[in-house]
Amino acid sequence: MVKCGLPSGTECGISDAYLMKYLHLILVGLTVAMLGGCGEAAKPSIKIGLNTELTGEMPAVGASSKNAAELYVSQVNAEGGVQVGDKKLPITLDVGDNGAKAEQAAAVAQRLISQDNVVAMVGPDASACAIPASEIAQSLKCPMISPWSTNPKTTIDTTTGKPKPEVFRACFTDTFQAQVLAKFALNNLHAKRAAVLYDVASEAPNGQANLFKKTFEENGGTIADFETYTTGDRDFSAQLTKIRASNPDIIFLPAYYNDVALIAKQARQLGIKTAFLGSDAWSTPEIITLGGSDVDGSYFCNHYSTQIATPVAKKFVTDYRTKYGQDPDDVAALTYDSFGLLAQAIKDAGSLDRGAVRDALSKIQKYDGVTGVMQFNGVSGDPVKSAVILQIKDGKFVWVANAAP
Amino acid sequence: MTCRWALPVLVVIGFIFTVIIEKYQLFNGYTVFVLVTIGINIILCASLNLVNGYMGEFSVGHAGFMGLGAYAASILTVKIFPNVDTPVLFFCAVIAGGLVAAFIGFLLAILSFKTRGDYLAIITLAFLMIVKSSLENIHYVGGPRGLLGIHHLTTLPWTFFWVVVTLWVIRNLIYSKIGRAIIAIREDEIAANAMGVRTREAKIFAFATSSFFGGIAGALYAHQIQFINPSSFDILKSTEILVMVYLGGVGSLGGSILGAVVFTLLYRFLEQLTIGPGQLGSWHFGPWQLGTWRMVIMPLILVLLMLFRPRGIMGLREFAWFLPSRELLTRRKKE
Amino acid sequence: MQYFAQQAINAIQLGSIYALIALGYSMVYGVLVMINFAHGDIFMVGAFVCLLIVSLCPVTLPFIVILLGVMLITALLGALIERFAYRPLRNAPRVSAIITALGCGLVIENTVLSISPYAKPMPVLFKVFTYHVDGITVTTLQLMIIGIAIFLMLGLDFLVRKTPFGMAMRAISFDTKTVPLMGINVNLMIALTFAIGAGLGGAAGMLYGLAYPVISASMGTLVGWKAFVAAVIGGIGDIRGAVLGGFILAAVEIMTVAFLPSTYRDLISYSLLLVILIFKPYGLLGSAPNQKV
Repeated sequence: MVKCGLPSGTECGISDAYLMKYLHLILVGLTVAMLGGCGEAAKPSIKIGLNTELTGEMPAVGASSKNAAELYVSQVNAEGGVQVGDKKLPITLDVGDNGAKAEQAAAVAQRLISQDNVVAMVGPDASACAIPASEIAQSLKCPMISPWSTNPKTTIDTTTGKPKPEVFRACFTDTFQAQVLAKFALNNLHAKRAAVLYDVASEAPNGQANLFKKTFEENGGTIADFETYTTGDRDFSAQLTKIRASNPDIIFLPAYYNDVALIAKQARQLGIKTAFLGSDAWSTPEIITLGGSDVDGSYFCNHYSTQIATPVAKKFVTDYRTKYGQDPDDVAALTYDSFGLLAQAIKDAGSLDRGAVRDALSKIQKYDGVTGVMQFNGVSGDPVKSAVILQIKDGKFVWVANAAP
Repeated sequence: MTCRWALPVLVVIGFIFTVIIEKYQLFNGYTVFVLVTIGINIILCASLNLVNGYMGEFSVGHAGFMGLGAYAASILTVKIFPNVDTPVLFFCAVIAGGLVAAFIGFLLAILSFKTRGDYLAIITLAFLMIVKSSLENIHYVGGPRGLLGIHHLTTLPWTFFWVVVTLWVIRNLIYSKIGRAIIAIREDEIAANAMGVRTREAKIFAFATSSFFGGIAGALYAHQIQFINPSSFDILKSTEILVMVYLGGVGSLGGSILGAVVFTLLYRFLEQLTIGPGQLGSWHFGPWQLGTWRMVIMPLILVLLMLFRPRGIMGLREFAWFLPSRELLTRRKKE
Repeated sequence: MQYFAQQAINAIQLGSIYALIALGYSMVYGVLVMINFAHGDIFMVGAFVCLLIVSLCPVTLPFIVILLGVMLITALLGALIERFAYRPLRNAPRVSAIITALGCGLVIENTVLSISPYAKPMPVLFKVFTYHVDGITVTTLQLMIIGIAIFLMLGLDFLVRKTPFGMAMRAISFDTKTVPLMGINVNLMIALTFAIGAGLGGAAGMLYGLAYPVISASMGTLVGWKAFVAAVIGGIGDIRGAVLGGFILAAVEIMTVAFLPSTYRDLISYSLLLVILIFKPYGLLGSAPNQKV
């Protein structure tokens, strides 16, 4: 057997004194460079951090978020900035990539808040990142708005069960979404038996699957089959064969868009003709590019629809399309709204003090955003807003129903 | 070349310094965060080096031990004693995390008696996957959704303390009789056995110590990030630790420190470099994702390093401070 | 029974792909005693090369030409990696080579990720028909994947056992130092081994892309590790073992999901692996290597 490891005859020792000398220097130098990079010259501006998933499992989410943020900032700055007290200040955007990892999200939150001194942080979008980042924002007393994290735990402290005062979101929660979907399946689609297939290792889908199961059963439905897979899986044939045997009326797939496309294709190949029901994680045009005709006819819950858009939303969609050459998805719309909410709060507060901004944010009574009218009730960071149900029809998202809170 | 009492004095000064930093908040939160991350990575790196560098095995399961430690410690601080908030509890929790990991490491060591080389690598891989999917199936710790409500207890002094303990224990272990046996396994297990070296004992020691400190690092990690889920401890995390170990150098504690420092700083630096603040519009690369190219840089550096220095920056070398005096004397005589 | 048969078909499809990738690991290991961790990423490149060929070529190419093109390009990539990343390390510590392989894999994966950050749909290369026999569903695509995989495996087995090239390959794995004395060009042989392994990996990637038609840069990681596990179950270095391991792993995964809660899948399949390695430390078909002291 070939030896594993190192050849014999070598011993630990100081064979290369010069190298050692340099290494000490390198170590010290790196640390100094690191610490020296802290101070920065500050122009009078409003610094807002964006903590998002530019790399990793869901780069599409990060790209949308960043695009929308840049769009908002350039629009506001073109008008001179946000009115703070008696003068107008431009917004500076500070982007950090969390790689869709919990650990990275926490590190980026730390950097934005305590090193770059942002007034407030927008993001992260994925719940698995938003939860650890919210803990950091809370402990450093910096307002945070997550555009897309629907998990209840993002804004609620699980040990005390009370809302985290610093943490807000621009979207509805999974609890609300599960109710909307379960009722839609039961009342509008007349489905009695539902099967669920979800990624067990992913935060948001997991929460949605379990909440859907609970609400669906409470409202008189039966869960025919409850199946899981793990992040990175591409073969769902075993789970789908099992689902086929359980004979459901509808299949609930709270999964990210690339998984959905794969599941749909394999299901159709196995001869499953049942309609799919999806969560807001579906809402990107990519799902149609990837899924094609296999996802046609499916329903999903979303934050807004371009078809019933208000003038605000219409303007946003046109601007976004002109700038980036593609339709905005819900992450983009929600990020845009998050920045809008923040600007509103800064204007109301009349100062750049984090505490004042937070107070103003929690008191927003009516904000007319891209994704509809929202308000905060002063206690929790979850906005009161409605949802829509969309259907994928002939390669387009078609509006089906509205669901008020 | 060096005074033998310089190191202990420096350690004490360093510890006092960290306490002062913590107390008067000399550095901003992010710098402290990065320093703590470096500390945790040093512990991970040094402990994995014991098995992969000094014993010459190829373990890919270190993230599993880290996960065990993280969960064990967090269960103590979150579930069992949620309202006790003393440093003593945190100390005990970290130790408990280490012990749980060490016990499993001990079991894994027994499996390693019969297999080695690449088959042992697979056993550690299987172990990692089993830990991850077991955690996903235990609802008491939140299953796949992870454990929440962990307090921020990992402070800079604590991290410094554990880094020193780790390095001290591993250094003394390596230059002890058992440490010699561990290195003998790396050089040639059968020959060592034939010479009367108790290789089984050495393997158990190496695995248990390595996993103990892996668990410690996990416990510190959990109380730094304040959120853990099974996916935090997957094969990618293991790969990250492996990269650090081989970047710094196998069979060298100095290398472990260097690897952890260089890796962590480079990682953070690249994250800031590619997407700097306020550089709107200046970093677009056509249809490509901004900043993803930095993910190519890290492994490329690793490959180039391996080609030109196959044992890492410090492979088989050591800072003089980590060598016992008798070692230094023999070195000098030879020269 | 129907249900079981359907699950068995699922297992055979997954198994033939696992086996095809596991072969690449096993071949390289057999010759060089080195785990080529970049193999999973070469597999991924195979799917992307297929996509590139189809979208760049103005005329519709026949399926077999695309398959051969993919195999050729990935084989070239494999040989290149061998030449520039592994050959300089042939006499270095073995672990450095493994780490280099890991690094090469990450470089490939992140390069593809940078070029194509989003998942891409795989083109449809031919019309897929679905047969329904007694409640069991089989598609032409499935039959084709299984057929090609088995053909490639038999071809490789023939190559290794019956041709002069195969004999030289086996000789290198038996004794690297004596083989050059027999007039065999070791460098060429090793490069060829890598090329063949990579070509098979590329073909597997393409078939995988057709079966699961959403391809992304990260698709190679998990499948790569699983195929590696399959190679080890069978006894790494043994070509027939790799095939056996691939089918066993797929069967265990599919059947766990079929008859137990799907959350337990990884737990059970990896526990099984652990048990196999405890009782058969060198895999099912592998034998303990000769050790010299």
